[in-house]
Amino acid sequence: MEKLSGGEIVVSALRDAGIQYVWGYPGGAALHIYDALFRQEVVHHLLVRHEQAAVHAADGFSRATGMVGTALVTSGPGATNAITGIATAYMDSIPLVVISGQVPLHKIGQDAFQETDMIGVSRPIVKHSFLVTRTEDIAAAIAKAYYIASTGRPGPVVVDIPKDITDPSYKVPYAWPGVINMRSYQPAEKGHRGQIKRAVKKLVEARRPIIYSGGGVIIDNASDHLTELVRELNYPITSTLMGLGAFPGTDPLFLGMLGMHGTYEANAAMHEADVILAVGARFDDRVTNELEKFCPEATIIHVDIDPTSVSKNIDAHIPIVGSCSTVLREMLSLVKKSNRDNNCDTSPWWEKINQWRDRYGIYTAPRHAASSGHLIKPQDVIRVLYDVTNGDAFVTSDVGQHQMFAAQYYLFDKPRQWINSGGLGTMGFGLPAAMGVQLAFPEADVACVTGEGSIQMCIQELSTCTQHRLPIKIINLNNSALGMVRQWQDMNYSGRHAESLYENSLPDFVALAEAYGHVGMRVQQINDLGPMMEKCFSLKDRVVFMDIVVDPEEHVYPMQVPGGAMRDLWLNKNEKS
Amino acid sequence: MRRIISVLMENESGALSRVVGLFSQRGYNIDTLTVAPTDDESLSRLTLTTTGDARMAEQIVKQLHKLIDTLKVNDLTQGSFVERELMLIKITASNGDSRAEIMRCIEIFRGNIVDVTAATFTLQLLGDSDKLDAFLGAVRHIGSIEVVRSGVLGIARGDKLLRQ
Repeated sequence: MEKLSGGEIVVSALRDAGIQYVWGYPGGAALHIYDALFRQEVVHHLLVRHEQAAVHAADGFSRATGMVGTALVTSGPGATNAITGIATAYMDSIPLVVISGQVPLHKIGQDAFQETDMIGVSRPIVKHSFLVTRTEDIAAAIAKAYYIASTGRPGPVVVDIPKDITDPSYKVPYAWPGVINMRSYQPAEKGHRGQIKRAVKKLVEARRPIIYSGGGVIIDNASDHLTELVRELNYPITSTLMGLGAFPGTDPLFLGMLGMHGTYEANAAMHEADVILAVGARFDDRVTNELEKFCPEATIIHVDIDPTSVSKNIDAHIPIVGSCSTVLREMLSLVKKSNRDNNCDTSPWWEKINQWRDRYGIYTAPRHAASSGHLIKPQDVIRVLYDVTNGDAFVTSDVGQHQMFAAQYYLFDKPRQWINSGGLGTMGFGLPAAMGVQLAFPEADVACVTGEGSIQMCIQELSTCTQHRLPIKIINLNNSALGMVRQWQDMNYSGRHAESLYENSLPDFVALAEAYGHVGMRVQQINDLGPMMEKCFSLKDRVVFMDIVVDPEEHVYPMQVPGGAMRDLWLNKNEKS
Repeated sequence: MRRIISVLMENESGALSRVVGLFSQRGYNIDTLTVAPTDDESLSRLTLTTTGDARMAEQIVKQLHKLIDTLKVNDLTQGSFVERELMLIKITASNGDSRAEIMRCIEIFRGNIVDVTAATFTLQLLGDSDKLDAFLGAVRHIGSIEVVRSGVLGIARGDKLLRQ
């Protein structure tokens, strides 16, 4: 058997786990591993400018491809810088393996240089973690990390490796453990058959049904099953922020996003529904609004792979623990077998939904004024982006108003096309995530929809784009303010804009982009928007930073009224539903 | 309602910190916690007591089970069970009356005297938590005391096993 050092074992294990790309940043405790990386050509390392971006990039790569993302950082500050990225992935159930260097075993606990208890610091935001203490255990720990990260409800796994066990002078036999079997970890796959039967019976007898789908459907690659089931039933479907694209956004059965900034028709349909099929969603507070007032008449069927998500916030009448794809497949076959001709007619329900759409829908009855001259509406930027990219781009976003506008107005027809930090809400996610997506799909259009606040949180990665030739397009909705903060201050703090305005302190983004070797554009006229967006996406091999000056007064609507039911919404600045 | 939850988990470093972390992270409180390896040294058995309604208890059980190192979780309070807690008490008593009263009480509660000096008794008492509380209530007025309790151990009655 081949004898390898610990550093070489890390790299060989990555290779044998099928890992092609590692995002990272070197440092003392990780140097043996970096040296081993240098001496081979299978596993490619991409140097970032900050460890947070390494994890976000691995995360974006994973969200776009469905594969496990990998990041490598050093101990101490390298590890703590990775924390925001790990927490982001954890909240959205993204499979990652983060390998961190650690000080040598005999120095652990000595307050050594660049020592942090990474296992302790990361514990609440990982699916699992390993502190490896023997060279002989490295391969097994890495194999288990990939297995745990990618199975069940996925999530990030940290492997913390002390420097001394990667020492090149100590070599042990290396063998890649093929099959992983852990007696304490056996994730559920198939849902309970009896429960699925009960659920389908309820579903086909419903008069006012709705399907509420979440990120779990995308993670489990269950979009085709979902789409087929929904079309077979001909029922309305809404989606969470994380689930957009699982069902085609342009399909008439799709009511748009639900929740805080969801459409009126989606939120009203949820509120009045008699049966809700929730699949791969977790009744997050940004969806339900006030729990006490949540969907008073609905029988709730909840499908999720994670038992802790079921009946956590809202009691499920028919809980089904299992993977979205297997449960949806089984539901579909039962629905097809069921005799639905004698069952209820949902046409009055559709009539009602279509009335809501006509009256309040953001697509049918625009809630914002038109752009004109120097006043560019952010919603229109997303529409133009959609048109120019034929609705086909990967769109990553940061967090705030621009994120909601992108979610509302870019109608995602395919899963894994919309990549954003939904659970943690991490500003700074969009740019590094876009790098990960572009690496996976070098030919695709990758747009990072962002704002002048978020983009500055990881703007150093413009340099990473140069080094690794990642020609992403940055669509910066520049309103010179932290737009969502400002909106809340307008609505809840009598317009007192505490620390949400930039007061002429913003950089010249065009010059900044150019300084990094990219193309910069500034758009200040609505008439220029279309042609410049066209030009932006025609520059296939360049990073383009489009700095678009948008109406600073614009708010995101609809918006749920705090403490209300789902359907209680602000429809614009003056009008409540 | 008071809950007694048994957990069987891998005897790995860090496993206990994940349990404790889970409770603080999710806002549950732990009243008592005991942990030791089982007859199979690769496994640890935890017993913890907490208070919460049915929804919280269900979440706690599910969250504990979700930990990668966890093999089995059982809310003992869902069925019939045996619980025991061990208590050591040091109590000052130098005059004859108080020494006699302590000896009477320990006999009534079927405890043992495990150490004695001219000024103190050290007592040992085994039982469920209510019994230990009652004993403390009975002897507290006698002298100043120091108490150390093991936390609750529990096991289901009958043939049911919590094993790998």
